[in-house]
Amino acid sequence: MITAEQKPLQEIIEYISPYDRILLVGCNECVTVCAAGGRKEVGLLASALHLNCLKQGRTVDIKEITLERQCDPEYVEELVSKIDSADAILSMACGCGVQTIAERYKEKPVFPAVNTKFMGASVSQGIWEERCQGCGNCLLGITGGICPVARCSKHLLNGPCGGTSNSMCEIAPDVNCAWCLIWERLKTLGMEKQYEEIMEAKDWRPAGGGGPRKIVREDLSL
Amino acid sequence: MENFEPEIVAFCCHYCAYTAADMAGSKRISYPANVKIIRVPCTGKVDAIHIMKAFEKGADGIYVAGCLEGDCHFKNGNTRAKHRVQKVQMVLKDLGWETERLEMINMSAGMGERFAITALEFTKKIKQLGPSPIKITNTEKHQQAAD
Repeated sequence: MITAEQKPLQEIIEYISPYDRILLVGCNECVTVCAAGGRKEVGLLASALHLNCLKQGRTVDIKEITLERQCDPEYVEELVSKIDSADAILSMACGCGVQTIAERYKEKPVFPAVNTKFMGASVSQGIWEERCQGCGNCLLGITGGICPVARCSKHLLNGPCGGTSNSMCEIAPDVNCAWCLIWERLKTLGMEKQYEEIMEAKDWRPAGGGGPRKIVREDLSL
Repeated sequence: MENFEPEIVAFCCHYCAYTAADMAGSKRISYPANVKIIRVPCTGKVDAIHIMKAFEKGADGIYVAGCLEGDCHFKNGNTRAKHRVQKVQMVLKDLGWETERLEMINMSAGMGERFAITALEFTKKIKQLGPSPIKITNTEKHQQAAD
């Protein structure tokens, strides 16, 4: 899933300070799971903004709504009836959601309330780690299900660098060396031979090096 | 502000602090009437939004009173509550409020005296801090209108 974290409160307050009627929009998908922009976080942020306005002696109307998915035009359409009574939109979705709203409601300023972080997985409650960089050409089938693109600090494709020490990466003592993990996993699977195969230089165009990426599924298009 | 009587909300766990309050009553130990008790089945049930809404509605101080650490009736509800209190304290700090207006307190069901002393000391602390920033703004507005 896409992970995100709420922006510093002061930054959000600065964004919305010129406006008196705010539509605060959450998303029921990834940001709900990583507790950054779901219904609950929408309520908490609205409350914090209310407290700030009350302290300043200002009356600001903050309407709360959480959409099923902010990155889908069908769900963003649900805002039509509320958009006229708002001066600005504050989105708690990832960057995809913010942009979908900005494209649909061109006349309203849209501000992000979260920083979108990475594609990650939950390793334990409250902890998420990066697991995928969306490189466009998945290598997990030959690396024992552990991604060297996302989990090796240097994105190396043919074994570890000299910075690995006791199976950990030199960048931080709590970051595993991806290639040590891959080797251990291949050993467990009895697939050590795979490690010896040299991978060719990766084509980074599908990873975004060729400009913004796009998927067109003609079988699904209307 | 000399006659300021703070409004204090105490979220009290049914299994400890609430019973301790009862104990204080049985022993005829008085505590300030400023403290309004909200009984909860466990402090783990107290969400950040409940605390925020209480501040929004004008509470000058709030404390969450749960079981002693390691003694939660539901294993770790009081630890969860402690983390939530810390989270809301961070929000208050970001908003420029005194974080002392919110506190996590632990006590057992038999600590009637501790309940009364806690209520007394917390009330004293909030009196020193003064009304919540919301009330200060409202008072200033009313004064300006009157002028």
